[in-house]
Amino acid sequence: MNTETKHDIAIDRSIGDFRYDIDYEFDAGTGLSERTINYISDVKGDPDWIREFRLDAYRKFIDKPMPTHWASHDLDNIVFDKIRYYLSQGTTPKRSWDEVPENVKRTFERLGIPEQERKFLAGVEAQFDSEAAYSNIKKAVGEQGVIFVGSTEGLHKHPEIFRRWFGKVIPTGDNKFSALNSAVFSGGSFIYVPPGVKVKHPLQAYFRINAESFGQFERTLIIADEGSEVMYMEGCTAPKFETTTLHSAVVELVALPGAKIQYVTVQNWSPNVFNLVTKRGLAHEEAEIKWIDCNIGSRLTMKYPGVVMRGRKARGEVISIALASDGQHQDTGAKMIHAADETTSNIVSKSISIGTGRATYRGLVHVPKHLKGCKNNTECDALLINAHSRTDTYPTISVRGQGNACQHEASVSQISEEEIFYMQQRGISEGAAMSLAVNGFVNDLVQQFPMEYSVELKRLIDLEMEGSVG
Amino acid sequence: MSLLIQNLRASIGEREILKGVSLEVPKGEVHAIMGKNGSGKSTLAKVMAGHPTYELTSGDVLLDGESILEMEPDERARAGLFLAFQYPMEVPGVTIANFLRAALQARLPEAEELDAVAYYQRLYAKMDALKVPREFTSRSVNEGFSGGEKKRCEILQLAMLEPAYAVLDETDSGLDIDALKVVAEGVNALRAPDRGFLVITHYQRLLNHVVPDVVHVMVDGRIVRSGDKELALRLEAEGYDWVEREAALAA
Repeated sequence: MNTETKHDIAIDRSIGDFRYDIDYEFDAGTGLSERTINYISDVKGDPDWIREFRLDAYRKFIDKPMPTHWASHDLDNIVFDKIRYYLSQGTTPKRSWDEVPENVKRTFERLGIPEQERKFLAGVEAQFDSEAAYSNIKKAVGEQGVIFVGSTEGLHKHPEIFRRWFGKVIPTGDNKFSALNSAVFSGGSFIYVPPGVKVKHPLQAYFRINAESFGQFERTLIIADEGSEVMYMEGCTAPKFETTTLHSAVVELVALPGAKIQYVTVQNWSPNVFNLVTKRGLAHEEAEIKWIDCNIGSRLTMKYPGVVMRGRKARGEVISIALASDGQHQDTGAKMIHAADETTSNIVSKSISIGTGRATYRGLVHVPKHLKGCKNNTECDALLINAHSRTDTYPTISVRGQGNACQHEASVSQISEEEIFYMQQRGISEGAAMSLAVNGFVNDLVQQFPMEYSVELKRLIDLEMEGSVG
Repeated sequence: MSLLIQNLRASIGEREILKGVSLEVPKGEVHAIMGKNGSGKSTLAKVMAGHPTYELTSGDVLLDGESILEMEPDERARAGLFLAFQYPMEVPGVTIANFLRAALQARLPEAEELDAVAYYQRLYAKMDALKVPREFTSRSVNEGFSGGEKKRCEILQLAMLEPAYAVLDETDSGLDIDALKVVAEGVNALRAPDRGFLVITHYQRLLNHVVPDVVHVMVDGRIVRSGDKELALRLEAEGYDWVEREAALAA
C-alpha cells in the first residue's frame, strides 16, 4: 500500500461555500490610499483621534517590509492594490434578526447562527464583510452591566474604557498586518465585563466574508474587570473564490486582577484566504488568559496568540490545533511573555499535515533574568499523513534567572500503515480508520472546546478518504 | 461451510514465504497451526486478513465458498474474518468503547444507528467475563497496556464482533499462566457450531486449555503434517526435528 498515491483526503468545507448577491451602500473601491482611509472614517463618523490613528497606522504599514525574511514567500502573492477594503450596507447592526436584510439573514441562517444563539449563547455579533449586520446580547446579561457591541459603537459610546486600552496591548507597528488593520479596521467586538461578573454562557462572533477580492479587518477589544469571567468564541467562513481574499484581524484582551478570559476560535476560511491575525492578551495579577485556537481553513494562516503576564501569579495558556491540507500552510504558534514573578504559562500545540499541506509551529517563551518562580510548559506534536507533508518547529525559549522552570516537548509522528491495517481488520474502512486516528490525535485538545464546538470540530476534521478501490 | 485455504503462495519482494498452503477449517471446529519461528505461520494470518505488504502469487482463500482475496481488509473483516494480532497496534486517543462502536457501526446498513444503551450493556457483560476492568472502556486502544491486557483486549474485540472465523496469532505469547487461562476461557466460551477457529501457536501449552480438533504443522511455508491433539503433545515432547526430517524425506 503506497500511502503517497493512494490516499485522497477531502475535508468538508462545503458548509461555507455559497454566496448571495448583495447591494452595498458603502464601497471604498479597490486599492489602498489615504483616500480609502478617509472614506472609511467618513462613513463610520470616526472621532478625530481615530482618523489620525488610522492615518498614522497607514504610514507604518507602508514603511514596514513584508516579513518574508522569516515567513513564507507566499505573502508576496498578496496584491494590496487589488483588494477592496470596505464594503457595507450600513454601519448600525440590527438588534433583531427580522430586521436584517434578507440575503444576509439567509446567509447566517444557513450557517446556523440564530439557532446557536437560541440554544446556548449569551450574545451574538454577526459580521458580514466590513460591518456587523446583527448584534445582540441576552437581556439578563446586559442587565449585569456587560457591554457587547461592535468596535465602532464601543469607541463612540464607551470612549472612557475603549480609549484606555485600544492599541495598548498590540501597538500599531507591532507588525505589518497589525498596522494594516489599525489603518482600515472595521467591525469586530468590544466587550466589557464589570468587576465580579461571571458571564455563564459564551459570547459569540461570527465573521462572514461574502464579497470577492475583499479584505476583512475586524478589531476586537475585550476587557474583563477585576474578578470577572468571560468566554468569547469566534467562527468564520467565506465562499471559495479564484481571487485572493485577505483577513487581517487584531484582537486585544485585557484581564484585570483575578479575571479570566477564554477566547475560542474555529477558523474555517476557504482556501483562497490569507489569514494574517495578531492576537495578544494582557494578564494582570492572578488573572488568566486562555486562547483555544483551531485552524482548519485558509490558504496561509499566520497567527501566534500571545499572553503578556504583567501581574504576579498571572497565567497564560494557548491550546492550538492546526490542520493543513493540500495547498495550505498553517503557520501558527504562541507567545508567552513573563513579566512578573510566579507567572505560569502553558502551550499545547497539535498539527496535522495532509498531502502537500504544511504546518509550522513558532513559539516564543520569554522569562527575564530578574523574575522568580516562573514556569512554562510547551508541548508540540505534529502528525504527518503523507510523505509529502511537511512540519517545522521553531521554538524560541529564553528563560533566565534562577528558580524559573521551563519544559519543552516536541514530537512528530505518522499514522502507520500497521495502525490503519489493524483498524481495517476490525471492519472499519480505510477512510474511517484514518479519520478515527486523526480525531484520536487531537482528542485531548478537542475536549477543551465548548461542547457545541467540539461536535462541529469533529465533523470538520472528519476526513473523507477515497481508497484506490471503488 | 468452512474457511478454506487453497495452495496459497505469497512473497515479500523476491522471497517466497508461503509455498503452497492448503487447509480447511469447518465451522464448529478448532484447528491449530504449530511451527517454529519463521515457518510462515504469522504470514499466513496476515495474508488472509489482507495485509498490504505481501504479494500473492497463487492460491485462494474462501469464506463459506466465497473468495475474499479481491476484498479490502475491512471488507474481509465484515465478511466474517477476525484476526487476533500477535502485536496489537496502539490507537492513541481512540477509546476501546469508541473503537468497537465504530467497528460495529461499520457492519450496519448506512441509515441505521447503533443502539448505544444496548451496546454498552453488552460491552460491560463481555468485559466482566474476560476480567477486563470497566475503566478500560475509556482508555485508548492498547495504549500503555501490558502484554496480557492487549491480548485480553483482542479477545474482547473477538467477543464483541462475533466473527464466523477467528484466527488467533500467537495469542499465548507473553502471557503468564493466569492470563493464559483467562484468554483460553474467553476463547472456549466463544466456541460454537457456527464458528471456526484457527489457532496459531509456537507452544503447546495454550492447546492444553483450548483443545483443538485438528493440529497442523507448518515447516518452511507448507503444512507438512496434520493430526489430532496428540500431535501437539508429541511436538512439545520431541521438538520439530522429526517432522522436518520427514518433510525433507517426502520432498
